[in-house]
Amino acid sequence: MIGSLESRIPDGPLAEKWRKHQNNSRLVAPNNRRRFEIIIVGTGLAGGSAAATLGEQGYNVKSFCYQDSARRAHSIAAQGGINAAKNYPNDGDSVYRLFYDTIKGGDFRSREANVYRLAEVSNLIIDQCVAQGVPFAREYGGLLANRSFGGAQVSRTFYARGQTGQQLLLGAYQALSRQVAAGTVKMFPQTEMLDLVLVDGHAKGIITRNLITGEIVRHAADAVVLATGGYGNVFYLSTNARGCNVTATYRAYKKGALFANPCYTQIHPTCIPVSGQHQSKLTLMSESLRNDGRVWVPKKKNDHRAPNEIPEGERDYYLERKYPSFGNLAPRDISSRSAKEVCDEGRGVGETGRGVYLDFKEAIARLGENTIRERYGNLFDIYGKITGDNAYEKPMRIYPAVHYTMGGLWVDYNLMSNIPGLHVLGEANFSDHGANRLGASALMQGLADGYFVLPYTLPNYLAGQIGKRPAPDHPEFLRAESEVRGRIQHLLDLDGARSVDSFHRELGLLLWDKCGMARNAAGLQEAIERIPQLREEFWSPNGGVSVLGKGETFNQSLERAGRVADFLEFGELMCRDALARDESCGGHFREEHQTAEGEALRDDDNFADVFAWEYQGNGKPNEPILHQEPLHFESVQLATRSYK
Amino acid sequence: MIVAVTGVILILFVIGHLLGNLQIFLGPAWINGYAEHLRDLGPLLWVIRAFLLVDVVAHIYYTVRLAIENRRARPTSYRRKDTVKATFASRHMVMSGLIVLAFIIFHLLQFSFRTTDPRFAILPADPLGHYDVYTMMVLGFSSPLVSGFYILALFLLALHLSHGSSSFFQSLGLNNKNLTPRLAQGGRIFAWLLFVGYSSIPVAVLLGWVTLRTHS
Amino acid sequence: MKFKLKIWRQDSAKSKGGMKRYEIDQVSENTSFLEMLDILNEQLVNSGEEPVAFDSDCREGICGTCSLTINGEAHGPSHPAAACQLYMRQFKDGETITVEPFRVRSFPIVKDLVIDRSALDRIVQAGGFVSARTGSAPEANSTPIPKHNADLAMEAAACIGCGACAAACPNASAMLFTSAKISHLAFLPQGQAERSRRVLGMVRQMDVEGFGNCTNTYECEAVCPAEISASFIAKMNREYAVASLRERMGE
Repeated sequence: MIGSLESRIPDGPLAEKWRKHQNNSRLVAPNNRRRFEIIIVGTGLAGGSAAATLGEQGYNVKSFCYQDSARRAHSIAAQGGINAAKNYPNDGDSVYRLFYDTIKGGDFRSREANVYRLAEVSNLIIDQCVAQGVPFAREYGGLLANRSFGGAQVSRTFYARGQTGQQLLLGAYQALSRQVAAGTVKMFPQTEMLDLVLVDGHAKGIITRNLITGEIVRHAADAVVLATGGYGNVFYLSTNARGCNVTATYRAYKKGALFANPCYTQIHPTCIPVSGQHQSKLTLMSESLRNDGRVWVPKKKNDHRAPNEIPEGERDYYLERKYPSFGNLAPRDISSRSAKEVCDEGRGVGETGRGVYLDFKEAIARLGENTIRERYGNLFDIYGKITGDNAYEKPMRIYPAVHYTMGGLWVDYNLMSNIPGLHVLGEANFSDHGANRLGASALMQGLADGYFVLPYTLPNYLAGQIGKRPAPDHPEFLRAESEVRGRIQHLLDLDGARSVDSFHRELGLLLWDKCGMARNAAGLQEAIERIPQLREEFWSPNGGVSVLGKGETFNQSLERAGRVADFLEFGELMCRDALARDESCGGHFREEHQTAEGEALRDDDNFADVFAWEYQGNGKPNEPILHQEPLHFESVQLATRSYK
Repeated sequence: MIVAVTGVILILFVIGHLLGNLQIFLGPAWINGYAEHLRDLGPLLWVIRAFLLVDVVAHIYYTVRLAIENRRARPTSYRRKDTVKATFASRHMVMSGLIVLAFIIFHLLQFSFRTTDPRFAILPADPLGHYDVYTMMVLGFSSPLVSGFYILALFLLALHLSHGSSSFFQSLGLNNKNLTPRLAQGGRIFAWLLFVGYSSIPVAVLLGWVTLRTHS
Repeated sequence: MKFKLKIWRQDSAKSKGGMKRYEIDQVSENTSFLEMLDILNEQLVNSGEEPVAFDSDCREGICGTCSLTINGEAHGPSHPAAACQLYMRQFKDGETITVEPFRVRSFPIVKDLVIDRSALDRIVQAGGFVSARTGSAPEANSTPIPKHNADLAMEAAACIGCGACAAACPNASAMLFTSAKISHLAFLPQGQAERSRRVLGMVRQMDVEGFGNCTNTYECEAVCPAEISASFIAKMNREYAVASLRERMGE
């Protein structure tokens, strides 16, 4: 294994760790910064904010994204909001509470120190974004407005209509654009990272493919930062954008970076249900809807009456019934599983029976349609466009869908992976959300990592690296390049019959079935056997995948084929992790481990660890090696999560 | 912006010109007297004429330049192009403008240079000794062909102004979300009022409401 | 449902393109327009023809990647919506549907229906930001902003940068895009320091990129998926007039 599993968490009291660490970290002097080249892959909240900030500090940054513009990274689609411990509503919030809620929400499977730091810098993020001109919602007095969100009993979420992610991303994008104009950041849009290059055990560059020309390029740098988002698209259907993929992090994993907790995936409770076979994506309805909407299903099985014809007494507001103190605002994993449960019982609604109602009738009666329109108008519009239904008149139908992945590349407190020089930010790393992420925390983490953590921790690595940047024609680069070229050629040479999407869909269905909202050992084993077969079929010289066109041109089939090939390997790793984690926690629900009431049953004695996987090769003889990083809880007591 | 500013000046001229012309309904004395007043301005009249000429030339020059730039901005045109909101008037400003230009030239030749009709040059003065604009207009408009061309051109002018008169508020930034629909509506009403006003003259002549008056 | 499709095919930026006809059958009315193209592509792959290249990413109307002109309208007949939010139930069974790229000189075609919109990025780089150094921000609530202004700023900031405004404009003008960013920042106290610089820089860059001029047809706001109002163009014109006057005065 490269490097070690040392978390490098500073000692001392929890509340002082970060300050102490900042004071002890090494610095790079302003006149030396321009001697460093930093590669940042991904331009979402994490990558965009990091590139802007490092460029501003004087480093030479190369910023890569597969989209045609940095502004289109998928952070843009986040709707609900961003948490911060400002306590403006004076309702008892504090850094500690935000920290505690996040740790608890993650079912005690994340690192205390990382989460505390996240809560600490959350306030700085709001200040920074306001200064950039992010148009957060405001009260009539001109001060910032807050709303409440799942998993919390305080109002700490800042928002910009239902487009918070968009506005935060545009803030970062604008800061990035400023650096591009200043010449400190060079943008490489429509460029995909296809491999990581290690020189003497350090991450020193990447190999990319220009998606327009097909040109393969070697980029050398002093450090590499991956902010490439999550792997939710391994399920084919998810709320992620079509292009989201695991390739960058998976390639790094194949080069020796440890992949942590890949089985931790978040299934978001409020999405528009699947309607047909050719559906290409699922659309999220912001969780903020649960502030005013009430979730219910009929009490009777197979009740096909129209929702408005079902009398109050025959409705089961199951979240309010099961979790009286949090009610409809129960955390995501719990809400999702409850929806699955009632549908499994045959009480689901809609054509497919895989759906539950989210009803605004009472809220509209209480607040008036205008208030509801003001709060959620755009969401109701989206819903109307997709389903053709008017949610002001009849309840929405919702169902859980894959939304976020808590797992990711393993990183230490500096956000550096076990490979020196390789830093991983945002959804791409594993560090802050444990086994379940609370709403409005992804935006917080992305921006925390990019604006306020990496700019302090990256210099600590760089300080020892002056003059160590290899030339891009170093043998390691040439070797990686030829591997990349070989793989592309291999894909093009396959004379298959099946489309890339058909393989992807098959993999997705299998994973949703065996490694989705509920998992069990038998199902996971089945998937672990089935996935290699599917992979073999994909690569088989005849009858496998069909990739038309050439490599040296714009070729969307080729792009997708490469990504799906990685998903076909990664999916297996995910199942192996889910199998190895023989407990239930957060979004990882093993049917073998549940309480009498059907809640997740953790096993803290055996599994209060991070599972970090090391690549050995694919398939039986070369199974990945599991490393475990124990989680130490000094400030919080491990408790059974209760939202009752 | 230059197009907008020069356009505003032309709109003001068009309003003034209409007010002058409508005096035909008050009888020969009024309108001939009005024409005489204009002529009495002497050199100032020439300054105004020169200014208007420069203004027209600038309006056209800059519009054509913009139109060429606009055409260049889309070298390959759509195989199918539908519009959602753009009015016919707004999409054909150059066309309507150029036809109106042709009309203006004819108009000047007819009534200012009096080269289209030999009778105009030899019209006797009216009883007050003024040039007989009244008779000239009546004679001119009694030809259905001329009047028809006038009405058509005025229609295009109105079309041009139905967009142009509110458009300049937008171009000059004197607009906002609340004003836009009102200005657009006001602009259309204004343009069609102008049309009614101007075309009332040839129509009245053709219908025989305004007739030649023999000098006593 | 069944459709006849006329789709623009073009191999690369330099080659000549043309319309090509396809037919597609058994499409559910709940299929989105882009999913319908996915199905077509799957059929093309199965028959050994290269699939139609088209751009899309989030498929929920916020990333601004999709860029199709459908039946002569940017993003298709259902406004306000991006092409990805268009569903087949909005078309008639058996209808012939024309699909073209956004046609603007400043958005050169990459392949088939895919275009290069980096011109829009360069307009933002020319001043569409507030220079706020990371870490130097004052406490967020130290500057109250009237709700009305914050709401107006949000309305302008909602632009998704798809370029439909330029695609629909008879003059291929990008004024709506540019004015949205200028207005967003001009409404906020944070945007004041660079207000003049921003409008001058962005408007000039817009001209450099070769976009056309605004003739106030308002076609842009009619197709805008984010419902950006053309009144922001008036605001930009005002801002520009004041800023260039000041510049000439040497202020």
